[in-house]
Amino acid sequence: MSRITVIVDGVSYTDEVEPRTLLVHYLRETVGKTGTVVGCDTSNCGACTVHLDGTSVKSCNVLAVQADGHEVTTIEGLSENGELHPVQKAFHECHALQCGYCTPGMIMQACDVLKNNPNPSEQEIREGLEGNLCRCTGYHNIVKAVQQAAGELSSQAVSS
Amino acid sequence: MSSLSQRPADAVVGQAIPHESATLHVTGAALYTDDLVGRTAGVLHAWPVQSPHARATVTALRVEAAYDVGGVVRVLTAADVPGLNDAGVKGDEPLFPDEACYVGQAVCWVLGETLEAARVGAAAVEVDYAPLPAIITVREAIAADAFQGGQPTLARGDVESGLAAATTVFAGEIDIAGQEHFYLETHASIALVDEAGQVFVQSSTQHPSETQSIVAQVLARPSNAVTVQCLRMGGGFGGKEMQPHGLAAVAALGATLTGRPVRIRLNRTQDMTMTGKRHGFHAQWRVGFDADARLVALDATLTSDGGWSLDLSEPVLARALCHIDNAYWIPDVRVNGRIARTNKTSQTAFRGFGGPQGMLVIEDILGRCAPLLGIDPAELRRRNFYVEGQATPYGQRVRHPERLVHAWDDLAARADLGRRREEVAVFNAEHPHAKRGLAITPVKFGISFNFTTFNQAGALVHVYTDGSVLINHGGTEMGQGLHTKMLQVAATRLGLPLERVRLAPTRTDKVPNTSATAASSGADLNGGAVKHACEQITGRLAEVAASGLGIDPSQVTFADGLVAGGGDSLTWEQVVALAYAQRVQLWASGFYRTEGLQWDSTAMQGSPFKYFAYGVAACEVEVDGFTGAYRTLRVDIVHDVGDSLSPLVDIGQIEGGFVQGAGWLTLEDLRWDESDGPTRGRLATQSASTYKLPSLSEMPEVFTVSLLEHAHEDGVVYGSKAVGEPPLMLAFSVREALRQAAAAFGPDGCAVHLATPATPEAVWWAIESARSQPVEASLPHRAEAAGVTIDSGDPSAQDEHEPDQPEPDAPPIAPESEQLADSGSPR
Ligand code: FES
Ligand code: FES
Repeated sequence: MSRITVIVDGVSYTDEVEPRTLLVHYLRETVGKTGTVVGCDTSNCGACTVHLDGTSVKSCNVLAVQADGHEVTTIEGLSENGELHPVQKAFHECHALQCGYCTPGMIMQACDVLKNNPNPSEQEIREGLEGNLCRCTGYHNIVKAVQQAAGELSSQAVSS
Repeated sequence: MSSLSQRPADAVVGQAIPHESATLHVTGAALYTDDLVGRTAGVLHAWPVQSPHARATVTALRVEAAYDVGGVVRVLTAADVPGLNDAGVKGDEPLFPDEACYVGQAVCWVLGETLEAARVGAAAVEVDYAPLPAIITVREAIAADAFQGGQPTLARGDVESGLAAATTVFAGEIDIAGQEHFYLETHASIALVDEAGQVFVQSSTQHPSETQSIVAQVLARPSNAVTVQCLRMGGGFGGKEMQPHGLAAVAALGATLTGRPVRIRLNRTQDMTMTGKRHGFHAQWRVGFDADARLVALDATLTSDGGWSLDLSEPVLARALCHIDNAYWIPDVRVNGRIARTNKTSQTAFRGFGGPQGMLVIEDILGRCAPLLGIDPAELRRRNFYVEGQATPYGQRVRHPERLVHAWDDLAARADLGRRREEVAVFNAEHPHAKRGLAITPVKFGISFNFTTFNQAGALVHVYTDGSVLINHGGTEMGQGLHTKMLQVAATRLGLPLERVRLAPTRTDKVPNTSATAASSGADLNGGAVKHACEQITGRLAEVAASGLGIDPSQVTFADGLVAGGGDSLTWEQVVALAYAQRVQLWASGFYRTEGLQWDSTAMQGSPFKYFAYGVAACEVEVDGFTGAYRTLRVDIVHDVGDSLSPLVDIGQIEGGFVQGAGWLTLEDLRWDESDGPTRGRLATQSASTYKLPSLSEMPEVFTVSLLEHAHEDGVVYGSKAVGEPPLMLAFSVREALRQAAAAFGPDGCAVHLATPATPEAVWWAIESARSQPVEASLPHRAEAAGVTIDSGDPSAQDEHEPDQPEPDAPPIAPESEQLADSGSPR
């Protein structure tokens, strides 16, 4: 067992974990962050995507011990003061989800894409989300949502 | 116009609103079955012991070693089953088998304090197997005469004389691939037992009533002692219609034996190796055309790959037979169907339910034969459309065939097909190593369960004294937006803003005896039931309001939260308060059954469908001549959803259905080990790392979807049509575009066979076949290159190409057999 301290969605947790525990299982089972889900087990689907120190990772592909001393943001920590993050809002408005199972991962990945490239082309959005699978939507509205969020975020940046 | 389809002005139905759970989804708050584990105390975890053999007798099962593993609580075996050791409704799906019938089948289950303890415990269980010969492919099953279930024939007219009178007769075969559902949420169940022995199972199931019935059957308890709830599913696509039952039963059995909650969640590899998929098919066919390239006769035999148990294979086969005509009038038809028994997972429902496979047969015929007939494939398709007054081979009149023509013409104009065809020709002339193809294909899909009985639904609508409304219905939510639509139906009928209506999760103790949420019929059926319940309530409230307003109840209207009439109005809340004070019932149960259906599954004749949904898609692709790799440049769709209940939801279903269909036809390649080695029968594509799913990189560069206008459907809830399955088959356009692009590498008029799925590899072989065709080849040679034989006119030669015919004593599909396939009634 290893003792780890991780900040998850702004709250510090200290737990004993087996060294081989995956971050996604730690988040779901120990911390109780069930918003982060497991889709494929093989790091292909991106459903488990979270931010580790602000950068997106597939949490089924990261050990919990690797997060020791670091900060994790899950989908549950994205909105601030009950206000949806612009990417969350755009997914909501553009009907960029059906069963919703891929949605948390998609949103976390989209945030990362927009952080690195606030004005992505459609092609850049597609490439940025390529590692996230959705079985329901056909992706069309997901791309639209990211475009809408990009517009919203850049107008926020201008006004602030 | 029927009152069911009549829509008031400014209705909540028809508004483009987001999914009802969208806020929960984007915040991660939405709960799926397995998210409940952390909210349940003392949960045990289950792990299967899976057979490594495709077929083997289990000669010994020694479980003692598992109990030596720390944390193992219980091993579940056949000896523990108090009721029927069967997870299906046909008696051929032992839950704890003494003969393993496919690689990956669970022979027993281990429960542990942790998943890890259960896993290690399962590895410690010792099983002795005596391997038996196994059948893996459909062709092996055909050679071995290994069939299961009924062998129906759908016939009209005299196919022999139809073929004899034809100007040209072609014959050929096609192998149609299966498909993994790959719902993003794998199967999950969590079961507990309350203080009175009531079993409560939360399951990711499209068919809670049948899950309930199977759990009851296994536990030897009555249905009223078992409650099944489905919060929502992370995708279903038919894969959770039949397959959840056994898993729920194992969890429930574990819970009753240990007194503790038991959770089963399959990991992805378990899900892919244990649960059923879309049926692969093999088809043999002969087809006759007249001098105008009109279809005159079709003779075909379809063999589906049923896997190890019958499951839903019979109704899937029936739907395949009923859709072999797709949108085309074929006067003389004979289609035989049979189900191969193979040592694979139990193939099952998958979006389209056999319809796509049946339709692919005719679309493949038209695509392959058009160049041999010297006609443009688009023209060949268009020319053979049904017209008013014609009926399907099973005898149902085709209503509104003109809608397909409208959709086709509308799409041709929207997508500028005329100009783009010329551009494709120019591109192809200029590029020796890259070719484009542009294809347009139609969809006609019958809506309703083939089996009439299932076309019924129930709902429960509660109005509380503060005026808020809670609805419940028998359908399940898997992302398709059914709950969103039901909220819109209730708000419309009660004349309330959407915010006043809430929806509670699907539970068998709220609405009993429900049908599967399947066959695209969820909104039609449950919408009818919700509306029926609301109407009883407004009927009672109208009387209350009428006496308050001093008018006749028939003058009372419900809109915008007001109950009005005679120039005056009361608020909804006032009327509800009045009604309560007057002891008027404020809740109602609704019921709906689809009228006008009739089906004889033994004769394969009748009018099983309430209506047909239509759609048309055009697709342009570009293919690389060196590798067969391709890109989808543009897709345009016009699809008929009637008067849409919820346009955002419907367009989302069309986009998603199309992409899933394109995955089936072009990318998704299930590979089973067909060798004679020790891993024979093993699924080689066990995860997303080897099974290629559509991702953003395969998305069309341009993708447009329009809903067909003037599409009101009389007699269906608020004039709408079902949307779940039909769009999947719009993806035929991708396959046909690929075929045309591959053919463009060969001489003019070159015909090609394209394997399914049309992976780059398959496309490359099609290109090779096109390139190797000589310029001035004779018709028989050109046909042969496409795997098509031309009938010489000599009757004895014709027989050689006659599809296999059933033995005289082959069983038909018995009505009760089809009923048992789905009804959940214990045998
Ligand atoms: S579960 Fe992590 S990538 Fe699929
Ligand atoms: S919405 Fe279902 S997987 Fe994306």
